[in-house]
Amino acid sequence: MKKTIIEIVDAIDVSKTYMELSSPKSGGICVFIGTVREFTQGEEVVSLEFETYRKMALQEMEKIAMEAVKKWKLNSVVIRHAIGTKKIEDPVVVVGASAPHRAACFEACRFLIDTLKERVPIWKKEIFKNKTVWVSAHP
Amino acid sequence: MEVLLFGIAKDIVGESKIDFAKSGDMPRSVAALRDLLNKTYPEFAKLSSLAVAVNSEYALDDVTLRSGDEIAIIPPVSGG
Repeated sequence: MKKTIIEIVDAIDVSKTYMELSSPKSGGICVFIGTVREFTQGEEVVSLEFETYRKMALQEMEKIAMEAVKKWKLNSVVIRHAIGTKKIEDPVVVVGASAPHRAACFEACRFLIDTLKERVPIWKKEIFKNKTVWVSAHP
Repeated sequence: MEVLLFGIAKDIVGESKIDFAKSGDMPRSVAALRDLLNKTYPEFAKLSSLAVAVNSEYALDDVTLRSGDEIAIIPPVSGG
């Protein structure tokens, strides 16, 4: 049975990801965790604020998970994104895949995060000391 | 017809939705909605991209809008 976990949450607990992806049929698990970085182009970030169009975001995340399961024959996939205010070092996104062999989970994991960033309706605002910026909004 | 706004789109309009029933000139297609937004709020034209979702799916310009549709403006996404 293929297991997919798709969630938008207020806070991410990365420690449970291993158990969610572990399976007797898997010989490898890959996990990517996106976190809040202190500096963006030399400017000190105070925090990030995430908002989402939840219904559509969950739907797009589900599609991405299904595409990955099909393409790499994965045993399980996790895509979990946090919203709200996040401080430096906080985890904001976790994606992971497990498969019989490592090549599939490495490739799938990369696909999961790259595609999420392209398609899923979640928006990030960078809060600096004296300004705020919606990331990627302007060319 | 209500149009949901997120991220910078919400900041540009100053509201979390636009109600076209009130304003009376309801756009009939995704393209018409885009034109109307760009005309009413010139800041939209400065964004890197502007997508529209109809019933929570990305919709191309030729998609027709109906009064019961859930429509959302999707400015450049930046999750992750």
